[in-house]
Amino acid sequence: MSEPRTLYDKIWDAHVVHEADDGTCLIYIDRHLVHEVTSPQAFEGLRMAGRTVRHPEKTVAVPDHNVPTDESRLHGIENEESRIQVETLKKNAEEFGIEYYDVNDPRQGIVHIIGPEQGWTLPGSTIVCGDSHTATHGAFGALAHGIGTSEVEHVLATQTLIQKKSKNMLVEVTGSVGPGVTAKDITLAIIGEIGTAGGTGHVIEYAGEAIRALSMEGRMTVCNMAIEGGARAGLIAPDETTFEYLKGRPHAPRGGMWELAVAEWKKLRSDEGARFDKVVRIEGEKIAPVVTWGTSPEDVVPITGTVPHPEDFEGPKREAVRRALDYMGLTPGTPMTEIEIDTVFIGSCTNGRIEDLRAVAEIVKGRKVKEGVRAMVVPGSGLVRMQAEEEGIADILREAGFEWRLPGCSMCLAMNPDQLAPGERCASTSNRNFEGRQGRGGRTHLLSPAMAAAAAITGRLTDVRELM
Amino acid sequence: MDKFTTLTGIAAPLPLVNVDTDMIIPKQFLKTIKRSGLGKALFYEMRYDENGNPNPDFILNREPWTRAEILVAGENFGCGSSREHAPWALKDFGIRCVIAPSFADIFYNNCFKNGILPVVLPEEAVGKLMEDAGKGGNARITVDLPQQTVSSSEGEVFRFEIDPFRKHCLLEGLDDIGLTLQKIRHIDSYEERQKGAMPWLWNGSAA
Repeated sequence: MSEPRTLYDKIWDAHVVHEADDGTCLIYIDRHLVHEVTSPQAFEGLRMAGRTVRHPEKTVAVPDHNVPTDESRLHGIENEESRIQVETLKKNAEEFGIEYYDVNDPRQGIVHIIGPEQGWTLPGSTIVCGDSHTATHGAFGALAHGIGTSEVEHVLATQTLIQKKSKNMLVEVTGSVGPGVTAKDITLAIIGEIGTAGGTGHVIEYAGEAIRALSMEGRMTVCNMAIEGGARAGLIAPDETTFEYLKGRPHAPRGGMWELAVAEWKKLRSDEGARFDKVVRIEGEKIAPVVTWGTSPEDVVPITGTVPHPEDFEGPKREAVRRALDYMGLTPGTPMTEIEIDTVFIGSCTNGRIEDLRAVAEIVKGRKVKEGVRAMVVPGSGLVRMQAEEEGIADILREAGFEWRLPGCSMCLAMNPDQLAPGERCASTSNRNFEGRQGRGGRTHLLSPAMAAAAAITGRLTDVRELM
Repeated sequence: MDKFTTLTGIAAPLPLVNVDTDMIIPKQFLKTIKRSGLGKALFYEMRYDENGNPNPDFILNREPWTRAEILVAGENFGCGSSREHAPWALKDFGIRCVIAPSFADIFYNNCFKNGILPVVLPEEAVGKLMEDAGKGGNARITVDLPQQTVSSSEGEVFRFEIDPFRKHCLLEGLDDIGLTLQKIRHIDSYEERQKGAMPWLWNGSAA
């Protein structure tokens, strides 16, 4: 009998190309996603060294970080630096024979949304991208993580990465969550519990009934933010929900090959008795809709709570809290629901999928965005946008007063023109509330799409359950 | 890649926890298609005001720390985005070593690809070095990679751990891709095995 293994152990073992005596491994990479911001220097490096891309057919490229999300882009990108970066990606994809979805292709979108959508993301595979939110693909039981540009070049040239194995961490969310509590609340609650460095050096496997009950969209939201918990990768064992999502996708296997693949994918689960280095259990029933108050994703509080006091914290975190409250312009003790917002941003690789937009439409249907609030919805891909239009979601959002944008990363990191002005306060479905993330001096509160919708209607942070 | 062996230099104290890569190099500087020239944008929002004028209070704008080669910071340094622009900016400024109680994984990894040594030391040791760094010009800290030690200006020595393979690569300035390409036959044979074991990764898609 072999030792019981975790899901991570199994995928890792199946991808070891070479192991040195000190445990340093060469790991095979099955899929490589490339975007315009972290790849130009890698392609340039290949050219300088006279190297080629080992497997262009395992690589896909799409511009997402820089692209404007208004109609202006139909006539080209105005900002010169952004335009050059996007054009460089296109040229590199052509030169090296990589599949490329152009800015105005309906398949274009945020790299972590289009990977699964096109069936590039498959269970049991290894996936990398020069972007920390690559963890998203772990929702399919794929070992997926972000890498730097030097590693992008390494993968392009060799289809492998030099790595040491991480530790195993299990996060189990038991029971079920209440109404108005979504995958975003689950993942934020986990980060609030373990802290932003809680998963450092680990791969997190998410398990438990509350995780199992999530759709693929919800599971992607959970794994997406594994990195905000410090873990490079998050994993969820594949099941019927996974297979149903993938079947028939353009790059998913077909016919007999599909059957063969599913039979193998069903073995992708942690064995009974497998050892985890760290285990965290959270009761689903105890998770409330949450919102962040500070400048770190661990700064989480239930919407029914108040802005904390620096004295509630110890050590260096106390000073960090003081600095965060000053930056956020918040007074300790203020009820979260009294915080007024200027902007609402719905989108990103965390919450830019169809289910997220449906949740928003459900709340805003027949209501209006509060006067003075700027509310924008940026679908995660051209296909999500089309589907939302077909389902009537776009009409509901537009009638309520939301801007209905073209797909991209947009205000999640504000590399394109979608930015906050200094001091502006935003209810955002994205993943990071760092200082300056959404624009210099901008103040970000992370929350779920339903909660963001509620905030758009009332003009302040709001318990969505009151609007349900 | 540049080698790293020993370094004696001015250390700048940055007593903040969770310094994220957006702080190290904000997004507006990610639009470059080059690796060079990012040093002037390092810690941009803390280092300059809204009009782009240097903030005289920020440590890297004060003498002698404008010439800092070592940075001493709080836990979870480099968290957030995978942008390698963060180590590129540090290096371009002149920082060759960052000392902290802990680092975020991707940033830590990216440092080694760029000849920067990230040193993990216990909170207490970092606290002492932080104090030392605050003294300025005469307080030079020495980092010795072969010996795996950091010495304060007062001669207190702290030993740190580092992965032997990474240490070897830094000491020799080795190029990872070159190393991996020496193992090309292992990659070839892995691919043959995988085509049998997981054929859908090869011909189930457009491949």
